[in-house]
Amino acid sequence: MKVTIDNITIEVEPGTTILQAARKIGPEVAPPAMCYYEPLKASGGKCRACLVKVTAGSEKDPRPMPKLVPSCITQVQDGMIVENTVNEQVLETRKGIVEFLLLNHPLDCPICDQAGECHLQDFSFQHGVQQTRYEEERRTFEKQDLGPNIQLHMTRCILCYRCVFTADQITGNRVHGVLNRGDHAEISTYIEKAIDNDFSGNVIDVCPVGALTDKTYRFKNRVWFTKPVDAHCDCEKCSGKVTLWYRGDEVIRVTARKNQWGEVLEFICNTCRFERKNTADWTIEGPTKVARHSVISANKYGANKIVPEFARRLAASQYKDVHEGRDTSQLNIKQLPEERFKQLIPPAGESAVAGIRSIQNWADDK
Amino acid sequence: MQLTNRSKKIDKSEMSLAERMYLPAIASGMAITLKHFFKKKPTINYPEQKRYLGPIFRGHHILKKDEAGRERCTACGLCAVACPAEAISMVAAERQSGEEHLYREEKYAAVYEINMLRCIFCGLCEEACPKQAIYLRHDEFVPVFMSRDEVIYGKNKLVENMDKRYLREGWK
Repeated sequence: MKVTIDNITIEVEPGTTILQAARKIGPEVAPPAMCYYEPLKASGGKCRACLVKVTAGSEKDPRPMPKLVPSCITQVQDGMIVENTVNEQVLETRKGIVEFLLLNHPLDCPICDQAGECHLQDFSFQHGVQQTRYEEERRTFEKQDLGPNIQLHMTRCILCYRCVFTADQITGNRVHGVLNRGDHAEISTYIEKAIDNDFSGNVIDVCPVGALTDKTYRFKNRVWFTKPVDAHCDCEKCSGKVTLWYRGDEVIRVTARKNQWGEVLEFICNTCRFERKNTADWTIEGPTKVARHSVISANKYGANKIVPEFARRLAASQYKDVHEGRDTSQLNIKQLPEERFKQLIPPAGESAVAGIRSIQNWADDK
Repeated sequence: MQLTNRSKKIDKSEMSLAERMYLPAIASGMAITLKHFFKKKPTINYPEQKRYLGPIFRGHHILKKDEAGRERCTACGLCAVACPAEAISMVAAERQSGEEHLYREEKYAAVYEINMLRCIFCGLCEEACPKQAIYLRHDEFVPVFMSRDEVIYGKNKLVENMDKRYLREGWK
């Protein structure tokens, strides 16, 4: 199936959603997602952050779709043409979506532990406007404890339902859900029952905002002053592959590893997350690569940053042999052979980390 | 060759009798000296007297309190990440119940330190602060250090004194 997103055509499997196809092309054209979370079944379609314009429905029926469609739950058709970053209407709508999501959000980022790795922060920074037109009082809730290690700030919640799906997926029976409707809707474990599942801590990682936070990490430090390190341990309950967040020599937080879309790669158990906070408990693999645009890369001095690969891929697409069409034998130009040049370029859709690795391998070979 | 017009030709001719006596020259010199006794002094007695440095001078840091005397700083760390000299460090703590009159928000800076040897008084911390907590005073310098122990300023030296509140022209 061929689908064209922002004038870039890509071949995808039938049944792929527009969002997944766009992510295959790369982060430049991928729509933002606040509620869609690939590891969680049935997630998506709630926040409207990923709305895109479909200018041609399919090869057979090339009429445009009348309204913007949520790309995370819309499957691609053969010959579909999608506009995301090039469509004025989409960009304008996204400003409205940011305003909606921030209506009841307290904007207490200076206090919030999620600041610096908050998807709502990134989303409003990239797609929002600075002003709000909202004048009414924002809804507020008391903060609650979900068990001894998780704290719920309902005030910050944007009702993406990710934690609900996580709880459904890890427990099998519903212990966690959304109560009430509309403005009064709130995430809750029924009758404030603590979640005693071994994997309940993962709701912290999937939460795109600071609504669910780690109580063992509460106010310990800001994310951008901590150093993330990949580590693993032998755990009988989970894979044991985690990211440790260091302040000096002290592990102040343990989280699951995430991919470039902020999605958890493997869920980790509560023992790993809340109790193993000594370096001796872990085998360190090396520093975690951090995206260059992330504030976590501030004060980290160059190393371990993921550099955007778009410029390199653009260069590859415009590769031209200088010997072509003219006599350059006198100029003594030594050109990097095409296959060596291509080595530098990560193929579209591959993660940026792999791209960096391929460069490092190439540099090591030299 | 003459590059500028500032060089003067020296008159090397023989001095006259009046010139050879030197006394008129001394007298005119003393007259100039005497005239300066009665002129306005350009210097001031610095530690006792202080000059007005202007409304945008960046001097001693201050952690402002609000009208009710609660600390504004929430230890969000934006000043520290904005600081090009990495002079600022802090430790956050959670406000306990009963401390609402001391701290404005649920988080506060339990330790807030500025290394004055590192600080370059660029004012980026002031610009980064989302809570209008840190300012660089326009009316006070950071005094001279006598030893290395005095270099790191903690909250005892930085937090505003409610009896002598710091105000700027635009705030009144």
